[in-house]
Amino acid sequence: MMLVVEWGIAAVLVGGGLFALIGSYGLLRLPQAMQRLHAPTKATTIGVGAALLASSLGDLPGGGAFSAQEWLVAAFLLLTAPISALFLAKTLILRGEAGDTLPDTRTGRPWATLEQSPPEPSPEPPIPDHPVK
Amino acid sequence: MRRLFPHPALSLALVVLWFLLVQRWTLGNLVLAGVLATILPLLTSAWWPERPRMKRPFDFAAYVLIVLWDIVVANFQVARIVLFMPRDQIRSAWVTVPLDLRSLEAITLLAGTITMTPGTLTADMSACGRALLVHALHAPDPDAVRDEIKARYETRLKRIFE
Repeated sequence: MMLVVEWGIAAVLVGGGLFALIGSYGLLRLPQAMQRLHAPTKATTIGVGAALLASSLGDLPGGGAFSAQEWLVAAFLLLTAPISALFLAKTLILRGEAGDTLPDTRTGRPWATLEQSPPEPSPEPPIPDHPVK
Repeated sequence: MRRLFPHPALSLALVVLWFLLVQRWTLGNLVLAGVLATILPLLTSAWWPERPRMKRPFDFAAYVLIVLWDIVVANFQVARIVLFMPRDQIRSAWVTVPLDLRSLEAITLLAGTITMTPGTLTADMSACGRALLVHALHAPDPDAVRDEIKARYETRLKRIFE
């Protein structure tokens, strides 16, 4: 039985490693900057996730305990990966390296990254002390 | 009470998180977790004035499972595109996703979900917060991508949060 678990963990590790490798290969192969953003956000997630799963269950065959810390790592990975991807995308948009022209928002306002800061409100004209004659 | 714990759910999550982190069930750790659960929400509450209302927590659990499953599927799809699709056949497209959601927490979750799932990536938001800019890695039909995001994720989030 334990042998089955060990083989299962080994398979998860190798599979995850393959996905991480594919994600890195995607960085090399995809031609556009925005396309390259896809590879690390997806394929790496399952690569790291598989490594964490294996690490979490890894002590079980030897009679060790189930470890919960890996699940925290996975949770924080899911929370932070979209944010770093969003910032990379916004940087590409701002630098004009995001490829094709962006579609319209259809809301009447531009995309947040591209909106010019609103003009400074002009100072109130000074109220003259004496009515102008 | 409300002033001491502006986000009760966040405080509870911090306690659970602390015990998962130390993996030792002692009184000292409970005290430490309690201190963290009080201080951190207080320090950050200025940036999070409203309390999110989650109306259907069980629906949210189901949503998490759906997203995790989609992430696994997404990995296989993206891997296939990366490995086998000739470069000039990859049809990347920008998609505008108009939002029906208004809750900030729900929109954040939707944007994160889009980034983690099949071949799509949230790139920006309209200045008024009523639309998301999504980049699709391979989408011969961009409108279908938009409809799927709205049907599969947004309607569920709307039911959970609004």
